[in-house]
Amino acid sequence: MSAVLPISESTSNDEIARAAPPGAHAPARASWGDALFENLTRLFALLVFALLAAILISLVVGSQLTLHKYGVGFLWSADWDPVQDNFGALVPIYGTLVTSLIAMLIGVPVSFGIALFLTELSPPWLKRPLGTAIELLAAIPSIIYGMWGLFIFAPLFQAHVQPALVDSLGAVPWLGALFAGPPLGIGMLTAGLILSIMVIPFIAAVMRDVFELVPPLLKESAYGLGSTTWEVMWRVVLPYTKVGVVGGIMLGLGRALGETMAVTFVIGNAHQLAASLMAPGNSIASALANEFTEAVGDTYFSALIELGLLLFLITTIVLAFSKLLLMRLARHEGAAS
Amino acid sequence: MNSLYRARKRQNALLLFVSCLALAFGLFWLVWILGTLFYEGGAALLRTQLYYAMTPPPGDDGGLANAIVGSLVIVASATLLGTPIGILAGTYLAEYGKRSRLAAATRFLNDVLLSAPSIVIGLFVYTVYVARVKHFSGWAGAIALSLIVIPVVVRTTDDMLKLVPNSLREAAIALGCPSWKMIVIVTYRAARTGIMTGVLLAVARISGETAPLLFTALNNQFWSLDLNRPMSNLPTVIFQFAMSPYADWHRLAWGGAALITLAVLGLNVVARALFARKQ
Repeated sequence: MSAVLPISESTSNDEIARAAPPGAHAPARASWGDALFENLTRLFALLVFALLAAILISLVVGSQLTLHKYGVGFLWSADWDPVQDNFGALVPIYGTLVTSLIAMLIGVPVSFGIALFLTELSPPWLKRPLGTAIELLAAIPSIIYGMWGLFIFAPLFQAHVQPALVDSLGAVPWLGALFAGPPLGIGMLTAGLILSIMVIPFIAAVMRDVFELVPPLLKESAYGLGSTTWEVMWRVVLPYTKVGVVGGIMLGLGRALGETMAVTFVIGNAHQLAASLMAPGNSIASALANEFTEAVGDTYFSALIELGLLLFLITTIVLAFSKLLLMRLARHEGAAS
Repeated sequence: MNSLYRARKRQNALLLFVSCLALAFGLFWLVWILGTLFYEGGAALLRTQLYYAMTPPPGDDGGLANAIVGSLVIVASATLLGTPIGILAGTYLAEYGKRSRLAAATRFLNDVLLSAPSIVIGLFVYTVYVARVKHFSGWAGAIALSLIVIPVVVRTTDDMLKLVPNSLREAAIALGCPSWKMIVIVTYRAARTGIMTGVLLAVARISGETAPLLFTALNNQFWSLDLNRPMSNLPTVIFQFAMSPYADWHRLAWGGAALITLAVLGLNVVARALFARKQ
C-alpha cells in the first residue's frame, strides 16, 4: 500500500495540472502581483530600517555648528549661557545619569520582588489581574506622572521625607553630601523616585517572562534536594536567566534615560552642578522640553540638537545592548530545548 | 543542623515577605496616582463645559474643547499614517523576510525604535519638517506620533502573522492562490484580532505622548481643524496649564489629565480583552 502511494500521488498531480484550464495558471500575472506585493512590503520594511539612520543623520546635520565649535569638549563643559552663547552638556548629562541611577537602584530590586511574587508565590487565579495591574503602571502617560509628582508627591516628600533624610543621612560623612541642602520637594531625588515607579513595569515584565522560561525540571530538582523557594530563585532561576534579567534592566534603563515629561515637571530645571541629590538639576530630555521652543540663535539651537543627539546615541546603545542580551537568552533557550 | 535549617527557613520567609512588599509597593503607586487623578479631576470631568468651551485665558472660565478635538484629529491622522506602513513592514518580516539577515536586522532596529525616547522623535520631525516649512503644524505632530505608531504595529503584525498556522497558507496556495492574495485574504483575516490589538495599543501609547508634540504641533489657544497650522492638543495644554501659576488652569489640567488617562487605560483594557478572547 505504502509503496503504491507515491505513484498515485504523482499521477494525480499530473492530472490536476493537465486538467487545469490555461487561465487558472496565469504564471506571468500571478508572479507579477507577487513581485509587486513582496517589493512593496520590503520597501516599507526598509523604511523602518532607514528611520533610525535618518534620525541620526538629521541630528548630526542639525548640530553641525556646535559639533565644530566645541568638539568633544562639549561633553564636559558645565557652561550653559545663552546670553554669551556658551554651551556645554555636562549638567544635563549628569542629571540624566544620576536620576536614572536612582531609578535603577530602587526599580530593579522592586521589579525582582514583583517578578518573584508573580512566578512563584501568587495563586494562579491572581497572576493575571496582578500582572495586568503592574503593566497598567506603564500605560499611564508620563505627563500624568509629572503632574502627580509636582502637585501631590513633591509637597508630601518635602514636608515629611526630605527633612528626615537630611537629619539621618545628612550627618553621615561622605554620604551626607548627597543629602545636604534645603528640602525643596523637587530635585534630582524626586525625579529619580518617580522614574523608578515608571520603569518597574518594564523590568518586572521582562523578568517575569524570562523566569517563566526556566524548565520546571530544574526547579523541581532543586526543590527535591530540599531548597527553599528563595534558594531556588536565587541559586537556580536567577543564574539560569541572568542574561535576560540584565537585558530587562537595560530596557528599563533605556526608558529612564529618555523619559521626558515626568522628569521635566519635578527636576527643577536648574543648570547647576550639585553634589546633593536634593538639589534641582536638569536632564537632557527636560532641557530639550523646556528650552527648545524658546531658544533663539543658531548656536543655542545647535547645542540643544546636539543634546538630543547625545540622548539618542546613549539610549540606542543601551537598548541595542538590552536587545542583544535578550536575543542571546532566546537563542540559548532554543538550543537547549 | 537544626539551627541552620531554621535560619534558612527564616531567611526564606523574610525574603518572600519582602517580595510581597515589592508587589504592594507597585500597586500602592498605581492606586495613589489613579486615586488623586480622579479625586482632583473628577469634578472637572463632570462639568459639561469641559467638552464644549474653548481653553480660557487665565482667570476666565472655560473648557478643553479645542484641545480634545485637536488631540483626536492628530491621533487619528497619526494612526492612519502609521498603521499601513507598520502592517506592510510587519508583513514583509513575517511572510517574506522570515529568518533572513535583512529581516533580523529590521526587527532588531525596530525594537530599538520602539523604546527610543519620544522627545528625540519630536526633535527629528522638527529638523526635517518644521524647520523646512518654517511653521509648527498639526501635520508635524501627526507625523511625529506616526513614527511612534510604526514600530508598535510592525512588532505586533510580525508576531501575530507568525502565529497563523502554515497549513492555512498551504491550503490557500494549493488552491492556486497567488501568495500576495493568500496573505491579504487568508493570513490577514486569521491574524485580524491580533493586528487590531496592536493598533489599539499604539493609539493608547500616542494618546498620552507629550514630548514629541512640543516641537511639532505646538499649541493653539483657539479652535482650529487646519492641520497646516499649530494645533491645540490635550497633552501640551495640560503641560502648559499645570506649569502655570493659575488655580483655574490647574483645575482644567487635572480634568484633561483624568480624561486622557481614562481614554488610555480604556484602550488598554479593550486591547487586552480582544487579545484574551482570541487566545
